[in-house]
Amino acid sequence: MGKRTPLYDSHVRLGARMVEFAGFDMPVQYSSILEEHAAVRERAGLFDVSHMGQIHLSGPEAVSACERLLSCEVASLRPGRVRYGLLCNEQGGVVDDVTLYRIADDELMLCVNAANIDKDRDWIEGHAGAASVEDRSDATAMLALQGPAAPGVLGGLAGPAAGEIRRFRFSQLDVAGVPARVSNTGYTGAPGYELYFDAARAPELFDRLLDAGQDAGLCPAGLGARDTLRLEAALPLYGHELSDDISPLAAGLERFVKRKQGGFIGAEAIEERARAGHPEELVGFELLGRGIARAGHAVLCDERPSGRVTSGAPSPTLGRSIGLAYVRPEAAAEGTLLGIEVRKRLLEARVVETPFVRKRGS
Amino acid sequence: MANYTFPSDCFYTKEDEWVQVDDDRTTLGITDYAQQQLGDVVFLELPSAGDEIKQGEPFGVIESVKAVSDLYAPVTGRVVESNPALEETPELVNESCYEDGWLLAIEPTDESEFESLMNSSAYRDYVAEREEG
Repeated sequence: MGKRTPLYDSHVRLGARMVEFAGFDMPVQYSSILEEHAAVRERAGLFDVSHMGQIHLSGPEAVSACERLLSCEVASLRPGRVRYGLLCNEQGGVVDDVTLYRIADDELMLCVNAANIDKDRDWIEGHAGAASVEDRSDATAMLALQGPAAPGVLGGLAGPAAGEIRRFRFSQLDVAGVPARVSNTGYTGAPGYELYFDAARAPELFDRLLDAGQDAGLCPAGLGARDTLRLEAALPLYGHELSDDISPLAAGLERFVKRKQGGFIGAEAIEERARAGHPEELVGFELLGRGIARAGHAVLCDERPSGRVTSGAPSPTLGRSIGLAYVRPEAAAEGTLLGIEVRKRLLEARVVETPFVRKRGS
Repeated sequence: MANYTFPSDCFYTKEDEWVQVDDDRTTLGITDYAQQQLGDVVFLELPSAGDEIKQGEPFGVIESVKAVSDLYAPVTGRVVESNPALEETPELVNESCYEDGWLLAIEPTDESEFESLMNSSAYRDYVAEREEG
């Protein structure tokens, strides 16, 4: 049995199928992955993501510590704003991918992957200098309210202030009587919010949100739909597209790396690896016929081994199979035909532009 | 235990397939328990007419959004037909696993093999054991 989020009993009551993920017992689906996926694309879904970690850095050295720890610019991030970034190691690999919240001039919060909480905390403590580091993961509940109906649902419980939070910004709001840090962010490629609040209030707020969203077609959504949604948006998943060995540049995350400024852990190694040339680059692909390519499947180009699939699934929105793969640079150009070896058969695939599915209206 | 249907006119395997002899046609598929465990079925690889399947051995593959599972033959036989509807509508396996979502029609070669299979009440107990475990 794994660790439980404060919403474990709520999931069981809703009839969720529970699976172990990153050491936690988590809902993989309530009704059906395809239905929950469609709910988020067309209406809204509510995800328990309380398994994710929150690590706070504070004190006069907090900004400089984060500037050293993270690939993204930190000093330019104003309070109330969020930025995506990478914690890199000395070899230019990725310790974790995180979202960084500037809570105050001298306080920052990193939202980190569940599987990496302990590793990240140790890494941050080891490199934070005089900044104070606090892991508030267990005390913090986190919900993701995602989908085109999310603003209306949140507005109903938090008032008009919710509608004023622009993309990649956050506010402290009262949501149905529960104080919550609400950011206009997510991991689905849909509009929506992430809410951070006291773990003790989780069952109450989860139910209030589901009730408030009932007319709008909000439904609880599990990790299964979260994965197909993030894949359609071509958002990387640590352990699949990112690892301690992979450079963020090979993963296509250059815009989250302060290459000119440098000065963060791993900056020199990242540049050195870029000069040497990355042996493989991350690309998106779609299958031309039936079947599903999955993580670990070999990729061929011109009948030669050319890489491996890191994530793959049927895209419910597109009605065909999609995936991400690391391939040799000569196979990375858009339109390149690939073969993907699935149970000793070759499925035809083509390198395509990502994201596979774009946000409505953008 | 969750709510499952296991028709009494089918025989069942430990790998969660059913097989049914109806007049002169024998069909097989996956059980209600199996389809609920799998979740949304999105793709199947099935043998063609004329292929042989052998009791206890994999004869095909079923994929849900999240997972890939082998399909095991409940009895030995020759494939008469694989369900042509599943290519376009694999979700029939979820919607109607004993009827519209059948996988194969076969000609069994050894009637005695059916004796090694479970009836619906034995299979129900077998599912319950695993649910509790």
